[in-house]
Amino acid sequence: MNVSFRWIRDLAPELEIGPDEMAARLTARGFPVEGRLDLSRGLREIRVARVEAVRGHPNADRLRLCDVNDGGEVVQVVCGAPNVEAGAWYPFAPVGATLPGGMTIRKAKLRGEVSMGMLCSESELGLGSGADGLLTLHGSFSPGESFVDAVGLDDHRLDVEVTSNRPDLLSHRGIARELLRGGDGGIRLPAIPGESEGGRARVEGLEHREGDGSGVRSDRASVRIDDAERCPRYLGLVIRGVTVEPSPEWLQARLRAVGARPINNVVDATNYVLQELGQPLHAFDLDRIEGGSVVVRRAREGERIHTLDGVERALTPEMLAICDAERPIAIAGVMGGEESEVTVDTRDVFLECALFAPGPIRATRKALGLSTDASYRFERGADPAGLTEALIRCARVIQAVAGGEVEGPVLDEAEHRHHPARLTLRPERVERVLGVGFDESSIRSLLEPLGFTVESSTGGALSVGVPGWRSWDVTREVDLIEEIARTHGYDRFPDTLGAYRPGTVPDDPRFALEDRIRTEFSAWGLHEAQTPAFAPKGEGEVEVLNPISTEERWLRSSLLPALLRRVEYNLARGNRDVRLYEIGTTFRTGEPGAPPEERTHLASVLHGRRAPEHWSRPDEALEFWDVKGLLEAIVDVVGPGELRLEPDSLVTDAPAEAFVPDARLAILDARGNLRGRGGAIDPARVDLPPWAGTVWGLELEIPTPDRAPESGTVRPLPAHPGTDRDLALVVPDGQPFREVLTHLEEGGGEYLRGARVFDLYRGEGIPEGSRSIAVRLHFRADDRTLTDHEVDGVIEMLSRTLKEELGVGIRGE
Amino acid sequence: MSGESTLIQELRALEAEALEAVEATAGADELEVVRVAYLGRKDGRISAILRRLGELDASERPAVGAEANRVKATLGEALDARGRQLEAAEEMAGILDEADLSLPARSRFVGARHPVTIVVDELWEIFRGLGFTRARGPETETEWYNFEALNTPLDHPAADEQDTIYLSGGHLLRSHTSPVQVRVMEGYAPPIRVLAPGMVYRRDTYDATHAPAFAQLEGLVVDEGITFVDLKATLAEFARRYWGPGTRIRFRPSFFPFTEPSAEVDVKRVYLDAEGREHETDWLEIMGAGMVDPAVLESAGIDSERYTGFAFGMGPGRIGMLKYGISDIRAYFENDVRFLQQFARR
Repeated sequence: MNVSFRWIRDLAPELEIGPDEMAARLTARGFPVEGRLDLSRGLREIRVARVEAVRGHPNADRLRLCDVNDGGEVVQVVCGAPNVEAGAWYPFAPVGATLPGGMTIRKAKLRGEVSMGMLCSESELGLGSGADGLLTLHGSFSPGESFVDAVGLDDHRLDVEVTSNRPDLLSHRGIARELLRGGDGGIRLPAIPGESEGGRARVEGLEHREGDGSGVRSDRASVRIDDAERCPRYLGLVIRGVTVEPSPEWLQARLRAVGARPINNVVDATNYVLQELGQPLHAFDLDRIEGGSVVVRRAREGERIHTLDGVERALTPEMLAICDAERPIAIAGVMGGEESEVTVDTRDVFLECALFAPGPIRATRKALGLSTDASYRFERGADPAGLTEALIRCARVIQAVAGGEVEGPVLDEAEHRHHPARLTLRPERVERVLGVGFDESSIRSLLEPLGFTVESSTGGALSVGVPGWRSWDVTREVDLIEEIARTHGYDRFPDTLGAYRPGTVPDDPRFALEDRIRTEFSAWGLHEAQTPAFAPKGEGEVEVLNPISTEERWLRSSLLPALLRRVEYNLARGNRDVRLYEIGTTFRTGEPGAPPEERTHLASVLHGRRAPEHWSRPDEALEFWDVKGLLEAIVDVVGPGELRLEPDSLVTDAPAEAFVPDARLAILDARGNLRGRGGAIDPARVDLPPWAGTVWGLELEIPTPDRAPESGTVRPLPAHPGTDRDLALVVPDGQPFREVLTHLEEGGGEYLRGARVFDLYRGEGIPEGSRSIAVRLHFRADDRTLTDHEVDGVIEMLSRTLKEELGVGIRGE
Repeated sequence: MSGESTLIQELRALEAEALEAVEATAGADELEVVRVAYLGRKDGRISAILRRLGELDASERPAVGAEANRVKATLGEALDARGRQLEAAEEMAGILDEADLSLPARSRFVGARHPVTIVVDELWEIFRGLGFTRARGPETETEWYNFEALNTPLDHPAADEQDTIYLSGGHLLRSHTSPVQVRVMEGYAPPIRVLAPGMVYRRDTYDATHAPAFAQLEGLVVDEGITFVDLKATLAEFARRYWGPGTRIRFRPSFFPFTEPSAEVDVKRVYLDAEGREHETDWLEIMGAGMVDPAVLESAGIDSERYTGFAFGMGPGRIGMLKYGISDIRAYFENDVRFLQQFARR
């Protein structure tokens, strides 16, 4: 909401504060001022000047020579604007003046003719994008007077952020009321320049003709509401014989100060009252209302309207329209139609001031993609008690600036009229919510200045009357409690920490698990990454209906693709060692009607060296065995005893497009289901510089733990020494070592405590198609030192069964 | 008497000389020469002295013998110790192929949590100390949980303000973590004291301060007797623990459909620099907060006459930007390792 500082001061003269203080107070009341603009910036040197005469330029068809009177000598100015006219007033930048854009005006010769200054357009003065041509000033001025003073630019525009619950603050009176806390009727509206006492008396004395839901009419016009739910009340008034022309400067200045564009005096009057009181109004050309009859009804299928913005729009029966006897002439509460628009040819005006229900206005605005000052206010809620005042105020302004005569009666159609709400307020409840007690008199002194009326009720409770302008957001006791807290001042409440009871909600074990995963990855020297969940085609199943970008229209079903793009990003920037992991949510289509299925995934990508570069030795690149080690560690953290690794080609034929087929491992759960994969990334899947090496990756689903993990106990250290035996096994290539190891572990007896590989050899002495894997077996008993004899027996047995069952021989035997 | 003292004195002089010789050795070979020279059975100088034992009275011999053994033992230990010392030096000489110790060291890769995770962890630590537990909810939600149960009618402009991202089938990506409030209240009876960190989504295009996905952290407390004073006290305590004991906190009125009264919460850090001078920051907008609206409690089946509560929500990403001086939120998603590396050991 754009607020004119001067306008507020005119409404509340007793508020003797500057624009900075006004901004600070509004911010402190909960309505932050996002921006502040000094409207006179760079315009102090501009004067108001009259063009006394206009002549053609001898050497240029498009240029004119003007005699400009700026209070001193009349000077010649060369002007290229098509709309310059003798006798009119324009803003004038004399020689030496600097425009807001930074340009300094100098004496110049244009096509051989001297130019002593510049007549200015709106955009040259930074006042708006304005149409082509000079800014013509309307009103009475004296040559040379300050442009800023003459058009009321000695002002500041505040950009106030009004929360959506406070439509009453979408007006200058509302802002003044909030700042002043003057109570109901605390703001007196300023006099209307040019209004005669008689004119005012005539409007205020008009007959008021109330309908009862079945329509109301006068000689010239009639009003009927067919949908009272969407339009609870509609007021109309005829103004006869207006002269439509540009508004006087005071009115244009008001609108310009808030960034609105002056149109003509009648339309400007409605916008003025909208800005002043917050009530949207609309002026129709009465002659364009067929039969003078105004019908508020739902649009019919197929009805269309040309709106004021020059667009033809199709209406639906979901939309409320203002219609004449035949067709829609306005989209209710949103925008008027071009055909019934007030133009210079308009003589008689029908002025509308109505109340529309917020929900349907919002639906219509969204359906049409058309947001206006009117729809913005109706969506949030206009003051149901302020309609008559706004209509009369607007009629007075029109009469003052466009002439004509307001013609009675005021047509006021409504089935039910607004009655102020009364709410019950219990002081003890106030204390229960706020933690501080307020007695009746302090509640009174906090609420009454805001326009509420407070009366004693039964049982110590209070009965609070709500002013019309707060009828949308103050509907419950708690709404009043907030007003008490806000007005009392949040900062005046103590902040002493009291005792509290522990909650009943257990800490979700997923957080602790993810924390352990992060700790593990940190220990392996990896960086945690975060990527947004939006993915391009092919990387997700769940589609976004209103995507931010047309490319990334899906929700990811896997983390790896986005992480691989992060590898590309880093490598493109010369970051050679890239070791990233991410814990994030992935999405898959759910059961029909059910929400998408969410899973927490863990993925990692690695590229580069095993350790940072050091001058003492050559770099070593990461290898498969590094990645397998990382995978084992992660699998052990994520699903101890539940997840295991197998060479992928052995266990699954599920597609694994991202990986090189021969260099990948599958992660299986206890039931053998595939839960993830790891291995070398297919080079075709990433776009890397030529110097890049192998990219490694892994991704797995993190199972949901149902409780925090057991901490486990330590194993006691051995009391007796163990003994090692080395076996050089000759393992045929088709025989996975995993099975050999299982055989050793299962057949090694209770004293076998470990088996580890310490060498692998192929070549001389080993048959073709086999390799020698050297394994060191560790034997130990808890209660004594084992004898060689005991261990020899086990080794003999293992050697025999390995040969018999797996075809694995012992080297040298 | 004189004979005895002469031999013992000789032994002691020899001991001193030998220890000096041991210290002076520069290698295992030299050490062996010293060992043989003093302790050698045939030509060793101690052996030579012992051979003169026969010159003494039988009564004097034990004392000299004992002294000779002591010297032998001392010398033996000194030789061993020097031997180990020389061995270690030799080993280092094998490793240090360059004598310039000012050359750069060998290091290893050190991992790091994402800065947003670091902030969430820090916030959690503090709220854990204030009796909170953690809860989470789905990232895809229904309009009921995201809006209506939070006292935000779908036809109210407040429902528009968050620029919600919609999915097919009437579902949406949650635009805030507040739906977790409702889910927790549906699942558990008061007292409730939970923190709900998680990702939220809005239809914002990327710029320096906006991203369509970002972290949020929600807090909810519901019990009998919870008041606005408790809300202020809890958040003030949190702010002092997070930003330092001199931190000040300011509540400004605001509007959220799901809390009433509602507030924007600002903090101002007041701290001393290394020279002991006091500094203060501007007021920083940190979070939204308020008393849980009775309509929200009732939506979740909680008696709003009996129970009251407060809720708050903040952006760990924004807090991290303030804390670490990150000027562009996109740095969080670019995942440049030179950026991420700076959060190692934090």
